[in-house]
Amino acid sequence: MLAKRIIPCLDVKEGRVVKGVNFVNLRDAGDPVELAALYDREGADEIIFLDISASIEGRETMIDVVRRTAGEISIPFTVGGGISKVEDMKNILRAGADKIGINTAAVLNPQLINDGSQRFGAQCIVVAVDAKFNPEWGEWEVYTHGGRKPTGIRALAWIKEAEQRGAGEILLTSMDADGTKDGFDIDLTSAVCEAVNIPIIASGGAGTSEHFYDVFTKGKADAGLAATIFHYKEISIPELKNQLKDKGVEIR
Amino acid sequence: MAIAIVDYGIGNLHSVSKAIERLGYEGIVTGDRDEILNAEGVILPGVGAFGDAMNHIREGGMDHVVLEVANSGKPLLGICLGMQLLFTEGEEHGIHQGLNILPGKVVKFEDGDYKIPHMGWNRLEYKQPDHPLVRDLYNGHVYFVHSYHVKPDHADDLIAVCDYGQPVTAIVGRDNVYGMQFHPEKSGELGTLLLRNFLALCTGERTN
Repeated sequence: MLAKRIIPCLDVKEGRVVKGVNFVNLRDAGDPVELAALYDREGADEIIFLDISASIEGRETMIDVVRRTAGEISIPFTVGGGISKVEDMKNILRAGADKIGINTAAVLNPQLINDGSQRFGAQCIVVAVDAKFNPEWGEWEVYTHGGRKPTGIRALAWIKEAEQRGAGEILLTSMDADGTKDGFDIDLTSAVCEAVNIPIIASGGAGTSEHFYDVFTKGKADAGLAATIFHYKEISIPELKNQLKDKGVEIR
Repeated sequence: MAIAIVDYGIGNLHSVSKAIERLGYEGIVTGDRDEILNAEGVILPGVGAFGDAMNHIREGGMDHVVLEVANSGKPLLGICLGMQLLFTEGEEHGIHQGLNILPGKVVKFEDGDYKIPHMGWNRLEYKQPDHPLVRDLYNGHVYFVHSYHVKPDHADDLIAVCDYGQPVTAIVGRDNVYGMQFHPEKSGELGTLLLRNFLALCTGERTN
């Protein structure tokens, strides 16, 4: 049986970690490589970097971050953000990343999923989906461009299509839950987990270890992702993992 | 003390060589016969499809070099697809001959109530807890990514398995030839300890 994974997400801009990082025991808390290495030591099962650089220079810096990270950590890591071509995927995988995350680019050009999956293997391709409940439809809608743009696409249908096109994994962010710290969106997560047969990383809303327990048991997620609660030490990864283990969840 | 990581033109070998360097050894990524045969130990990595990888290995004559290593008595470790290539044949996209250093087949997972690829952290169960590769290590999780798995002909070549709806071959070993289906370089502390034990075999040191 596979262990449920705990994944911290780092937002990186021009090679620096952004969004509230509060570590006193690091030489340089803004260095994504140092922070990733710390999370590795603390027992994170995987790391996700989201590159939010706006410039070409920033993207080139990210390649360097990937190369240095691959030399420092002993767990898999994913890089997402602004990747829209197979060539971009190749450069990041070559630098040592294990997986590539694609979001808006996959919605605009779904063939990118097929191309990446055929070239590098399904296990390398993570399709990230930002979903928000649409009350008129009674189901969830896909948003792109960092959650700013509604697409008119139904999330469950899109995720099934992504699976058929060769996605190896779905990073599912609930825009309704994101930032609330009230818990993951269990309805959305379980609906997606029942609809497809590839692993689901649940994201958005984590505030307590109980929330992770719920998303693994009721939500049936394979992995739980969070950012600020880890960065601000509101939850420590070793404590979280011990609590989940005590409750009988398979945890590394 | 140098460990050769066989470069036959596929995959990213950076993580493996860095993991070896972190353990205090020199990791040389090379496709050069002399460099490989002069190393204290040899690692055969691999990602991608079985047939494709075998074609790459044969193109550079690297199949003969790997066989020389196996026959030399020098420790040889296949990782992930690299382990699968050590066996007789693989059935990924048609039947392909492997290096045939270890007898056995690489087969698809049978259909069942589990996701393919087998991707993530699974717990090792040691079949030979006294084997020098795993002696005194805990039954922890290591990181797997694969869609095909090895069925060795001889049960005594199995050092560790994991449970994924069926027993899955995780570590094999016969004489100086070893294989790990998971990625030790991506498997946190336990993966590092497993690599350390392999490196100790290369240098003849005793661990623990």
